[in-house]
Amino acid sequence: MLNKIEGRIIVLGDNVDTDQIIPAKYLNTSDPEKLAPHFMENEYPDLAKTIKKGDIIVAGKNFGSGSSREHAVITIKGLGVSCIIAESFARIFFRNGINNGIPLIEAKINAENFGNIKIDFDKSTITYGSGIEHFNRYPEFLGKIIEKGGLINYVVSEKW
Amino acid sequence: MSKTAVEKIFSEKSGNDVKAGDYVMANVDYVMVNDITGPIAVDAFNKLNMEAKSDKIIIIPDHFVPPKDVNSAIQYKTVKDFALKYNTNFYDIGKGGVCHQVMMEKGYAAPGRLIAGADSHTNTYGALSSISVGIGSTEAGVIFATGKMWFKVPETYKINLIGKPKDGIEGKDIILHILSKIKNGGAAYKCMEFSGDIKYIDINERMTMANMTTEAGAKCSFFDTDEKTIEYLNNRVIGDYSIIKSDDDANFEKVFNINMDEIENSIAIPNSPDNVKLISEVDTKIDQAYIGSCTNGRIEDIRKAALILKNHKINKNVRLMVVPASQEVYNQALKEGLIDIIVEAGGYFSGTTCGACLGGYMGVLGPDEICISSTNRNFIGRMGDKTSKVYLANPKIVAASSILGRIGTPEEI
Repeated sequence: MLNKIEGRIIVLGDNVDTDQIIPAKYLNTSDPEKLAPHFMENEYPDLAKTIKKGDIIVAGKNFGSGSSREHAVITIKGLGVSCIIAESFARIFFRNGINNGIPLIEAKINAENFGNIKIDFDKSTITYGSGIEHFNRYPEFLGKIIEKGGLINYVVSEKW
Repeated sequence: MSKTAVEKIFSEKSGNDVKAGDYVMANVDYVMVNDITGPIAVDAFNKLNMEAKSDKIIIIPDHFVPPKDVNSAIQYKTVKDFALKYNTNFYDIGKGGVCHQVMMEKGYAAPGRLIAGADSHTNTYGALSSISVGIGSTEAGVIFATGKMWFKVPETYKINLIGKPKDGIEGKDIILHILSKIKNGGAAYKCMEFSGDIKYIDINERMTMANMTTEAGAKCSFFDTDEKTIEYLNNRVIGDYSIIKSDDDANFEKVFNINMDEIENSIAIPNSPDNVKLISEVDTKIDQAYIGSCTNGRIEDIRKAALILKNHKINKNVRLMVVPASQEVYNQALKEGLIDIIVEAGGYFSGTTCGACLGGYMGVLGPDEICISSTNRNFIGRMGDKTSKVYLANPKIVAASSILGRIGTPEEI
């Protein structure tokens, strides 16, 4: 995993549920290319087009609540989002994010849309417009899953 | 050291003495996937190049079956081919139903078991004293091969139920009331353990309550095992099970005292299941009434609805959809003449599917349409167009509303 990442901020609110992230009518495929254009389309029809590879989502409480659909993470990965920061994550979304090798960070920050943000995983710091925040590190083995690029690679390398 | 039920079960399944907050590698008794979450799991499994633990795997197509389009047919075929190739447990169209109902009916869910399901409402089997947790698809594919998975042992919120519910109060009313207190995400990562006067709550009502702990963000739910549990399990449970309960002095992170005798008929208004009002405060006109799903599509629910619909007609502006939660429920409704009553009232009775609960098909809502539903979620656009609205209530309220043409109660008919 990269020790540092930097990107443009996309701000979302509290309680963003997986029905919003990717409506159920698109769940007849799990192809990231087909899912990505429909990200949050009910609420923000143009958002998927706005997001660029490397952008970082900054959200509020309970991000990814609702259904277990891994399609939500696949959609976000398909857009090229490099990291998600949220005040808190719904638990299955959190597992799916880690298991797909996307770094998820629990932190409360008041970022501005399209601002710049830097994350230093070694120092556990987030630097953005109005300041620096520290975040808690993952338990070691979760960090390793992300390092390996997801659960499948981890299971193979650890010979479960 | 005293422990909660969930700490005991994770200790047994991990072979270590564990407590809330610990990360464990646990042996999973069963892993379940459906037609939506299954294909990604099959893909993950194939990448591992390992043997399948076939006895532990249960495949239940339910979301978009019978297939609604070619892509859905491909997904269905993917999980069916996998099930046949590896000889897993498999419930094909006409033999199964909504995955959670099947897991309980067919005896997979039982006290003391650890069950992982790639569907968020896997929490439901807590009604039968299982620890059952919703997981993602990739990790389900890993369990197919390894039979184990990492978990964080959750803290427990004890929901102490006090008193006897009034007549006409259902499990749905009780859990909506609890959701109005705990809120969406308010029990995130926790085990919601129901204790106290559970003797007043039938197994099917417990299933509704356990099912909607998901809407509080809970990792799992747990009801103590009692005579009602044992009676349900008899003649259906597969294998042995062990009855486990929390120690009286276990460490509960929070205790909620809920006076069941004070609960009134309740309804979740758009756009969140925790946005709860009393039925008496809502009289919105409706376009659709929906009875079905893993939350409230059981035989008891259809019986109650039929009793209200008997000798009445559905309002001319409303369509009533009744979708049994399983083939077993369908067969029983047929045998008891309930389907006759529903269709004679002008209702639409279909085969089993998740269908419209998640806006899939078979009852999707158009722009600005309003539905009263016995299901579990009313997020923006959940059952169809983003401007459509969903109200959540118990099946008797849904049936009564379909006759009234607006949200109302059986007493108003």
